[in-house]
Amino acid sequence: MTAPNHHWRKFKNALMQAVTLMCAILVVAPLVLVFYHLVKQGFSSMNWAFFTQLPKPVGETGGGMANAIVGTFILLGQAAVLGVPIGVLGGVFLSEYGSSRLNWWVRFAADVLNGVPSITWGMVVYALVVVPMKGFSALAGGIVLGMMMIPLVMRTTEEVLQLVPNGYREAALALGIAKWRAIVQIVVRTALKGIVTGVLLALARVAGETAPLLFTAFGNHFWTHKLTDPIAAMPLQIFAYAISPYDDWHRQAWAGALALLLLVLFINAGVRVLTRDRLQRNA
Amino acid sequence: MAATATNSMTAPTPPTAANVTALTVRNLSVFFGENHVLKDVSLDIAARAVTAIIGPSGCGKSTFLRALNRMHELVPEARMTGEIRLFGDDIYAPGIEPVVVRRRVGMVFQKSNPFPTMSITDNVTVGLRLNGLRDRKLLAARTEQSLRMAALWDEVKDRLNAPAISLSGGQQQRLCIARALAVQPEVLLMDEPASALDPLATSKIEDLILELKKDYTIVIVTHNMQQAARMSDFTAFLYLGELVEFDATRKIFTSPAKKQTEDYVTGRFG
Repeated sequence: MTAPNHHWRKFKNALMQAVTLMCAILVVAPLVLVFYHLVKQGFSSMNWAFFTQLPKPVGETGGGMANAIVGTFILLGQAAVLGVPIGVLGGVFLSEYGSSRLNWWVRFAADVLNGVPSITWGMVVYALVVVPMKGFSALAGGIVLGMMMIPLVMRTTEEVLQLVPNGYREAALALGIAKWRAIVQIVVRTALKGIVTGVLLALARVAGETAPLLFTAFGNHFWTHKLTDPIAAMPLQIFAYAISPYDDWHRQAWAGALALLLLVLFINAGVRVLTRDRLQRNA
Repeated sequence: MAATATNSMTAPTPPTAANVTALTVRNLSVFFGENHVLKDVSLDIAARAVTAIIGPSGCGKSTFLRALNRMHELVPEARMTGEIRLFGDDIYAPGIEPVVVRRRVGMVFQKSNPFPTMSITDNVTVGLRLNGLRDRKLLAARTEQSLRMAALWDEVKDRLNAPAISLSGGQQQRLCIARALAVQPEVLLMDEPASALDPLATSKIEDLILELKKDYTIVIVTHNMQQAARMSDFTAFLYLGELVEFDATRKIFTSPAKKQTEDYVTGRFG
């Protein structure tokens, strides 16, 4: 029980530390590699035309994916209109109303939905929206992304509302404030930054979805003027260009992937700023 | 404690003027599920006086206090029997909303809980604003009045729009008292309002309570015997959910009728 054991124990500790450090590096490595690769391959094609021009017909070089960039924002906007109110109010129900039995089932359903493969979402909305409307549309694309956001937003909203100390609810009710008012103007307001964070993360998550859009938004080489027409989106455009046989389209696919990654990166950076501020205020 | 010496001069006078009853409690029992927490408590709480509720932890003090403004109903399996009348009105009568009762019977909690997203002013006026009051002049007047009553005005008048959580712990608790006063309740319930504060802040709260009883009926739960003796006009001793003794504070602390009360107030148990 003396020196040898001591060394052996130290060795085991060092080994454990080394293994966990390597795993930590493996977590970060893909992001660095992906980012390096995208910048190397895509940055040269990220020019003014990329952001401002429509795709050129096959055989012509140049052009850009302005319609896909705008399309992605339109899809995200629709998704937010559908997903944010339902998700946030559902989260409020779980946290502030509801019975433990019912909540167990709603939580279970939300967690299952969060694990449903995205292509399944695409097929569901294809059957529910695309088939009855007799065509692919921006609307269907927004609906599928919105539906994917609902369980994500609902769970994060519930979690941040649960972090609001019960003392605030009691203080509000003891002032003779009606329960719904106390929830909206005191509980939700206290947790607002956390809710916004959850919404942003959900948007970042669905911004890169491709499979569900194949069945719904479909893609478009031109501007979309009506929500009932198919619409271009960055992930779709990247997919279409990447599997094409043309070098110029490959370069544009790299640039599109870089742009999409930057969008997600910016959203996450925004989340970081929001949460840091929140922690400071609570301190 | 430093406050003992300063406050002994203003020890409560014998309750002679207290002939108006604010709260009439009759055969009050409260259950949480199978748990019989409060057992057949009956007492009269005098208007414009301080009534202290004392007793060891878990004796039902807080539950009693919360039954007085129906806050105990926040626990889903809570149930009560008996009767509580507020200046004659049955606060548990069918059709009476808890919201209405709570506007008349305000509450201050052990842990100060000003709303962190709001300024000092907004915290004071929140009860009025969220009940639909819009008149800015009236809100400003009520802010000053409430902060003055809570002895906080001079300390915060130059930074009314500062975040409430920038105040010190004692100031935050006085802000919570101002917030409760702003809706002009008839009764103020206080659940160990000074137990989380340092002696200086505690003595400020105690001075404030003695000031407030000129206008308000105050019911205070406290673990601190000296505090009950210093501040209250009447004291109720609860033990295991039962009311053991209820009398003028001087009587409870000098010549209690029951041996149990004497043992508790002299620190022999509890």
